[in-house]
Amino acid sequence: MSTTTESRRVTTAKAMAEGIGQEMQRDPNVFVMGEDVGAYGGIFGSTTDLFGEFGPDRVIDTPISETGFIGAGIGAAVEGLRPVVELMFVDFYGVCMDQISNHMAKIHYESGGNVKVPMVLMSATGGGYSDAAQHSQCLWGTFAHLPGMKVVVPSNPYDAKGLMISAIRDDNPVMYLFHKGGQGLVWMEKNPRSIGEVPEEPYTVPIGKAAVAKEGTDVTIVTLSLSVQHSLDVAEQLEGEGISVEVVDLRSLVPLDTETVLESVGKTGRVLVVDEDYKSFGLTGEIAAVIAENDPGMLKKPFSRLAVPDVPIPYARPLEYGVLPTREKITAAVKDLMA
Amino acid sequence: MTELDRLAMYRQMVRIRQYEARIMQEYHADKSPAWDIGAGLIPGEMHLSAGQEPAAVGVCAHLKKGDAITAPHRPHHFALAHGVDMNKMTAEIYGRETGLCRGKGGHMHLFDPDNHFSCSGIIAQGLPVACGQALAFQRKGTDNVAVAVAGEGAANQGAFHESLNLAAVWNLPVIFVIEDNDWAISVPRSASTAGVSNADRASGYGIPGVRVEDNDVEAMFEAAGAAIDRARAGEGPSLIEIHTLRLWGHFEGDAQAYRSELETVNERDPIPKYAASLQELGDLTDDQIADIQAEADAEVDAAIEFAKSSPEPTAEDALLHVFA
Ligand SMILES: Cc1ncc(C[n+]2csc(CCOP(=O)(O)OP(=O)(O)O)c2C)c(N)n1
Ligand SMILES: [Mg+2]
Repeated sequence: MSTTTESRRVTTAKAMAEGIGQEMQRDPNVFVMGEDVGAYGGIFGSTTDLFGEFGPDRVIDTPISETGFIGAGIGAAVEGLRPVVELMFVDFYGVCMDQISNHMAKIHYESGGNVKVPMVLMSATGGGYSDAAQHSQCLWGTFAHLPGMKVVVPSNPYDAKGLMISAIRDDNPVMYLFHKGGQGLVWMEKNPRSIGEVPEEPYTVPIGKAAVAKEGTDVTIVTLSLSVQHSLDVAEQLEGEGISVEVVDLRSLVPLDTETVLESVGKTGRVLVVDEDYKSFGLTGEIAAVIAENDPGMLKKPFSRLAVPDVPIPYARPLEYGVLPTREKITAAVKDLMA
Repeated sequence: MTELDRLAMYRQMVRIRQYEARIMQEYHADKSPAWDIGAGLIPGEMHLSAGQEPAAVGVCAHLKKGDAITAPHRPHHFALAHGVDMNKMTAEIYGRETGLCRGKGGHMHLFDPDNHFSCSGIIAQGLPVACGQALAFQRKGTDNVAVAVAGEGAANQGAFHESLNLAAVWNLPVIFVIEDNDWAISVPRSASTAGVSNADRASGYGIPGVRVEDNDVEAMFEAAGAAIDRARAGEGPSLIEIHTLRLWGHFEGDAQAYRSELETVNERDPIPKYAASLQELGDLTDDQIADIQAEADAEVDAAIEFAKSSPEPTAEDALLHVFA
């Protein structure tokens, strides 16, 4: 992290794009490709203004051929370039998962460490605006489950830029999963936390280090991505009611910063994990395992989790909000832990 | 093609257009002052098919009970032309309990088993499913066919090529319909696609391929008739690509700043063009035009009214239907 001079308030989308642009200026090997990343600037703003600055040679609109262009990103990375590739919605992983899991993530290991794949695969995640079952998933737990790729999940503009620069400089494949609802888009309802102070000059945020987004003493909320914004809202609200909530923003799933989690839970003795991904076989269970393996005795109350209850994300608003981890549900779960 | 066929196609195009125009209006009505995609009675992405009516109408004129369609993210024109109930479809778009999918699917995921109609929002992924429906028809010994619809952008997806090969090698009763509207969101066909025509790609798989120019509903009707007769007779798959028109944005809210040929879009609208040619033939009078429009207005208004007055599902309903 650098000592910053100039900073302004920008959206998460703008911060991401700025991080990519600064790395493109610094390193001619960095280039961008994906669907509608050019003149359109990325459907969720992740490549805003890059096409104007770098042109079609370094910001490449692709055909709708995810297996083709993600595979091509892998090949380019193997030859020493540093591609930043966008999969428009993470839900589209289905058509290209072989390249992601069997190639991008395994080549380094399979080659006995002899071949590096320094590539970033960024993708939009999350629901909350009625885009239904094929366009609203988070799926970060799926990628984190499969060995060989780092998985970063920024929750705010500052981290979005710093994690992007770290991801591009990393010699490993990095899945960079941003939440649509946290991008600060003008055409989607947003939490004010989607716009924040971001230094103008390049800086890095280390991959694998969680942040204590708010300190507290009664309950730890372990969470990530947009749910950090919701959890901070809840924590501020509950402060007034005499409940002191600590919010741990994981910032990456792989590597997982178990130390920060255990330190916080050790202090509060009560933990709620909030995850917008599916509940079973995912992050919430993983955090429970980390605690159980370390010292189950640190919990004063049984482990608590809030996640999508193992159903596809439905379309109609009452259905969708019935399954998403909302502020109301987070509040209720914290109060249960304090009861 | 008879005068009655022509009038029926015109009527169907007007009906679909009226539907899309009213959905557009309703979609935007309660998203201001700060336009928010998730707000209002119809939230989420909305891909309207205005300008592409000739594709659906020319094909569906030949379909009968039991024939299947898999549609992509832009499905309304094929759904309506294939006989999907307008009330239930509209209720689904409004996320109501009376909707085709009880509010679980939304506009990109319309499922109507009575009409063997379905959609997928994942590009080109309806094509293999249509092959499977065709396989079922073949194995059951019926003469039903499956129509697989996709955009020109989708034809660069692996599933397109796998499906063509599968259909050809198994001689399946499938008709692949490619709607070439020049654009895949902001990416023009010229930047994404090698070769000029998907009809040529079809011949690479030994499948008859036809390209219909000028968004011409009558040429589409002829081409589809031949392909569907072939499939019903057990002679295998065909591909038809129609050069059509995306009259509006990719989705509602798309400012289309990338779109170079925006000024001439309205001149290329196929509906007034078809009306003029029918009038020239003496097949359509001013009174008929007014009557057909009034009929469409009434039907669409009633469907929207049905949707709006239907109950919403409850949060608990979200937990139902994961398994049969
Ligand atoms: C596998 C996959 N990749 C990307 C998308 C995002 N997407 C939705 S529509 C679209 C463009 C489709 O273009 P085309 O097939 O020509 O159909 P059109 O929208 O023009 O009707 C894209 C890229 C998707 N839904 N699925
Ligand atoms: Mg298209």
